[in-house]
Amino acid sequence: MKGFDLVALLSNPGFRAMLLHGLFMTFVVAIGSWLLAMSLGIALLAIRQLPGRIAEAAVAAYISYHRNVPTLVQLMLWYFGIASLLPGALQEWLSDHNAEALFAILGLGLCQAAYFSEDLRSGLRAVPPGQEEAAHALGHGFIGTMRFVLMPQAFRNALPALVNHTVSLFKNSSLAMAIGVAELTHAVKEVESESFRTFETYLVATIIYLACSLLLMAAGAALSRRATLAGAR
Amino acid sequence: MLHNAIAIVSENWLLLLIGQYPNGPLGGIAATLILSVLGIVLAFPLSVLIALARISRWRLLRAPATALVYLVRGVPLLMIIFWVYFLFPLLLGANVPGFATMVCTLVIYEGAFLSEVVRAGIEALPRGQMDAARALGHSYPRAMRYVILPQALYNMLPAILSQFISTIKETTLGYVINVPELTFAANQINNRLLTKPFEVFLILALTYYAVCWSLTWVATWLERRIATRRAGPAPIGMMAARA
Repeated sequence: MKGFDLVALLSNPGFRAMLLHGLFMTFVVAIGSWLLAMSLGIALLAIRQLPGRIAEAAVAAYISYHRNVPTLVQLMLWYFGIASLLPGALQEWLSDHNAEALFAILGLGLCQAAYFSEDLRSGLRAVPPGQEEAAHALGHGFIGTMRFVLMPQAFRNALPALVNHTVSLFKNSSLAMAIGVAELTHAVKEVESESFRTFETYLVATIIYLACSLLLMAAGAALSRRATLAGAR
Repeated sequence: MLHNAIAIVSENWLLLLIGQYPNGPLGGIAATLILSVLGIVLAFPLSVLIALARISRWRLLRAPATALVYLVRGVPLLMIIFWVYFLFPLLLGANVPGFATMVCTLVIYEGAFLSEVVRAGIEALPRGQMDAARALGHSYPRAMRYVILPQALYNMLPAILSQFISTIKETTLGYVINVPELTFAANQINNRLLTKPFEVFLILALTYYAVCWSLTWVATWLERRIATRRAGPAPIGMMAARA
């Protein structure tokens, strides 16, 4: 093993480019799946509000599946399993368009949507029932009540849980390496095996992940402070 | 498709259950469960120590414990696995098998997350409990040991159980360093069959689902039971359940 030398690792343009590209892919996967998860999470919550038992049961089954099956297994099922059932033309198109990353975004997004949806649902449940009645009394319909009265408060209540799950989504983006996405953890393994500087490589990746997670946590804390002030309960 | 899946299960159920056991290392569901139980059982005392350090009056204890928790919470489990995989053989000067690496990783990771659960449990108890214990002449450690911790840990049982469920899901990452557990077994089957990936991974997903769903059910039942037994209204700030 060579002596500790962080500069030697980072001053190598090849290694630097690999790590930066890895970081970029981590952001692509994390942001893409976050957007999918948040929109689907809201949609699932909306479906749950529909009258009738079937919608409720379907959403409950969706959430139960995604929370009780390991995320890595869900990714494997998508990338190795479900992908193999698609028609040939679609499979070819996918493999020309970074199928690994697309399936990682899809798998992580669908999985995290279950968590976001549950967070929002508990946030919604915590809104006092008088709020809904008051909104109806003021002449808001179902959509107006949701959009202008209930959901803003639900988001505020759910904020800490949403932030926690955003951090875990960001960390879970590292699982994408198992299906071959060239994100940061994947890049780390490659740089490590080429440079033989395991310690330095892991250190760089750990600092990057930690900095991003702490930044997300701090942003979440700042956001919830602001939301509490604006809430003026 | 269904009869394919049934055929795969009936030919490979032993591999899925115990891996290649008599002829090789223990694997399959058995290894997954042993890993999770070892991980959570060994992490538990560590988590109580971390939690006590985090609520300590002394900065010298509080600061490193807080730093450790934030470090573990901010870094993907996969990176921690790589660190342990790389550092432990160097520190011990001996080969560490994948199974032991995974147990060590889970103890570190779960220790940090569980400590947040334990801390929340301690902080959710009414302050009067500590005051009363001190007024009765207990020292701080004895008050913790005999008054605070028993109540806090009892109230935290459901949260600890859901942490156990998370641990089961986290053992899947052992696949990356070739720990022979359930996910590894499924990949072995898939590599041998080659033509039926959907069936194999569906079986894998449903197996995890069955295990985790039944434990979730127990956790919910336990939570309800404890909630009715505990007269106090204090709501417990649940720590982040994770993916």
